[in-house]
Amino acid sequence: MDLDSLLAQVQRADLLRFATAGSVDDGKSTLIGRLLADAQGLYDDQLAAVRTASTRNGQVEIDWALVTDGLKAEREQRITIDVAYRHFSTPRRRFIIADTPGHEQYTRNMATGSSTADLAVILVDASQGVLTQSKRHGFIASQLGIPHLVVAVNKMDLVDWSEDTFCRLREAYLTWSAKLRCPDITFIPVSALLGDNVARRSEHMPWYDGPTLLGHLESVPLVGTGNLIDFRFPVQYVSRPNAEFRGYCGTVASGVVRLDEEVVVLPSGRWSRVARIIGPQGDVDHAFWPQAVTLCLADEIDIARGDMIVRAGNLPWTAREVEAICVWMDEAPLRVAQPYLVKHTTRSVKAEVSEVTYRIDPNALHRQPAGTLGLNEIGRVRLHLHQPILCDEYSRNRATGSFILVDPTTNGTVAAGMVIDRLHVAGGGAARNITRHRGRVTPGERAALLGQEPATLWLTGLSGSGKSTVAYALEEELVALGYTCMVLDGDNLRHGLCRDLGFSPADRAENIRRLAEVAKLFCDAGLIVITAFISPYRADRDSAREIIGADRFLEAYVDAPLAECERRDPKGLYAKARSGEIPGFTGISAPYEAPEQPALHLDSGSRDVPSLVAETLGELRRRGVIDAGRRAAPGA
Amino acid sequence: MLVEPLRLSTLDQLEAESIHILREVAAEFERPVMLYSVGKDSSVMLRLAQKAFAPGRVPFPLLHVDTGLKFPEMLAFRDRVCAEAGVELRVYRHEEAIAGGANPYDLGTVRCCAQLKTQALLNALAAGGYDAAFGGARREEERSRAKERVYSFRDRFGQWDPRNQRPELWNLYNGRVGQGESIRVFPLSNWTELDIWLYIHREQIEVVPLYFAAERPVVRRAGQLIPVYADTRLLPGEQPEPVVCRCRTLGCHPCTGVVESTADTLEAIVAEMMAAKQSERTTRVIDHDQDASMEQKKREGYF
Repeated sequence: MDLDSLLAQVQRADLLRFATAGSVDDGKSTLIGRLLADAQGLYDDQLAAVRTASTRNGQVEIDWALVTDGLKAEREQRITIDVAYRHFSTPRRRFIIADTPGHEQYTRNMATGSSTADLAVILVDASQGVLTQSKRHGFIASQLGIPHLVVAVNKMDLVDWSEDTFCRLREAYLTWSAKLRCPDITFIPVSALLGDNVARRSEHMPWYDGPTLLGHLESVPLVGTGNLIDFRFPVQYVSRPNAEFRGYCGTVASGVVRLDEEVVVLPSGRWSRVARIIGPQGDVDHAFWPQAVTLCLADEIDIARGDMIVRAGNLPWTAREVEAICVWMDEAPLRVAQPYLVKHTTRSVKAEVSEVTYRIDPNALHRQPAGTLGLNEIGRVRLHLHQPILCDEYSRNRATGSFILVDPTTNGTVAAGMVIDRLHVAGGGAARNITRHRGRVTPGERAALLGQEPATLWLTGLSGSGKSTVAYALEEELVALGYTCMVLDGDNLRHGLCRDLGFSPADRAENIRRLAEVAKLFCDAGLIVITAFISPYRADRDSAREIIGADRFLEAYVDAPLAECERRDPKGLYAKARSGEIPGFTGISAPYEAPEQPALHLDSGSRDVPSLVAETLGELRRRGVIDAGRRAAPGA
Repeated sequence: MLVEPLRLSTLDQLEAESIHILREVAAEFERPVMLYSVGKDSSVMLRLAQKAFAPGRVPFPLLHVDTGLKFPEMLAFRDRVCAEAGVELRVYRHEEAIAGGANPYDLGTVRCCAQLKTQALLNALAAGGYDAAFGGARREEERSRAKERVYSFRDRFGQWDPRNQRPELWNLYNGRVGQGESIRVFPLSNWTELDIWLYIHREQIEVVPLYFAAERPVVRRAGQLIPVYADTRLLPGEQPEPVVCRCRTLGCHPCTGVVESTADTLEAIVAEMMAAKQSERTTRVIDHDQDASMEQKKREGYF
């Protein structure tokens, strides 16, 4: 073959990353050595070194395990301690093997090797049956969402190539794994020692008509572990080489982004447009998972590492509470309510485990109550994060559903986590058994009918700062312009929907949650919503943003000095608060946390209402919520 | 290049993964440095760094540990390429050992490497206060390297503990270190020698001319072809002979074998790689000087 055809062949050959696992002495290293040798994945000098070493150990047969056991301690103890990565290729495919240890003590290394795999090969010794460790590995592989599983039933030579034995093992494994999420399981009877059904079809097992292991590895469809639907771009590095250029470097964690597309930056919720996409070969018009690119946006927005650029209308969760399956990897057991660091995409945040919900026994796949997780144990935990992360469910999106836990005192990586559920802001328990129904009319269609972009303008500020005044004046203007909108006023809703609630922080949080859910419904109906709630806590406003959707949530800070609000005191409440008649009054006996980066900052202390309304209309226009040019006022 | 819509070729996947690692380190560490050995892997790593930060400059310096025994062609190439790339080059020489006459002939390869490479590297890293150092090592090269993480933790003495490595999942790298500790980072972990040459070919990256076949004076020594320079010490009975050959790896010239080859273009080298029967490390004398020698060197602080 000439060079051009060879290059074309190499270019076409796709890459399969697979992990091998199994119990100690199932013959895993032997299998890999055999696979490498038979697929011509070993150089002559490497083969010669293995032959020499085998002879030194006094053996006649070649000891294939010497190929992969790269550490002296491994060769001495004849076990695999840590993952070894091996490469080989055939004309059809390139392979990277992560050879992972079988010993229970090194389960964490098995998880390390499997986390990037497209396929896992789990070995079972035909003469031993399915051991706990093989189940543990199958379980971890399923939790990690590896799309293909191969159960290689090894040492068939020791059971007289018995079809019966093979079938019994297969049934046993399938019975056990019925409760797991394993999309694709293939069983192959092999003898790694003799090479049967590894790369070469076995003459001893005419009853088996499936593929050899190598044949299967070469032909299994590569579905990939990435998600090409939901665009997520965690900003990794901000590039500002000169005053003219501001680029956001990162790897497309999932989905596709195209030039000129509207995007939302989280957590700020600011909008912009993709102005440039720079790939490794220069400017491109689109980028997709897993490309490493640099994005430039049309607007100057403050964006830092850890922020996420996503597409409007397809947002991840902004979560402070997450539920996750954790594989515990540290000698020291999990400590509930103690500080850890979560590294998730390019964001590192402080966190505590608030609860270990249960531990899973990999053998019986039972859930056991647990107060903690020890080394190599797997369980479900609830995490409380000090700052939100922008995540998806792991089963939908590996890149935004995975995280590691780091112990801030030892700096060690203590756990791997996979997000499984979103916790609702309050309670949450009741919602779990309820399925959402979706109609076929989309919010976009409702909005199109009304000819407007639904949004919620969330006014926050002290009592007496002018929120309600601004809200109603703005509503009048919008209606005059022909838009359909609705004001939600805090006081009014407390007479009805929220009349059971008081003013404690917990009640205030529940109050805001209900109001946010109402605003969300109105937005879904296509309306422009203006809310006028004190909403003093940043966390509550963040929750509201999460419920309503960051892409249609505009936070406006109605800012008048406390002294001015107290002077106005339209309802006489400040006087009562000062006298102690009203406890927990915002600004007097309860805190007000001003927004850090509001979309709008309305100075209601010194400016009149018409100018505040004009400024707000300008901002709504700028963001495309309303568009003076698109639609004439009725009767105009 | 797209093989089919929304699918990256293997080489493009490797490129993307490496750029991700380079950026992650630049974002998370205070004082990263890139070990630049002037070889083919370093040339690829430098090109990837330029791509990762374009149109900006590479935001960390390059560090070359010069043993004084490197091929003379390497030094001229190094200075020119770094100047053209606009990167800051720092060179460290263990002057005390070099002045003391350290060489593989008198000390033996094990002690020579320990002084001129391992100790020199540790001195250079300590002097620079670097908390992260990129290396161009690939897992495919050697069996103890096959055990490396992408982020390889080193203690205050630069030592590797292969039995107690941090778990490393997905592409979430844990770069937290204490005072004096550091991380060795291997952005090319998943590349093979063939990938390196395919990439050099695709990107038309300039490499040291020693990689191309030419007639050079060599001596045959213990199964190796050792190139002869002015300071090469000839053993009794050795007679330099001209051989058409090329380097498959670059290191110190007394300990680097050449291979007989007529591959004098990138295309010819790629074709030769596709048919290779011997691993590249066969030409490194130092890899064979004791059992588990690479693992031992790595434990002591070598790359």
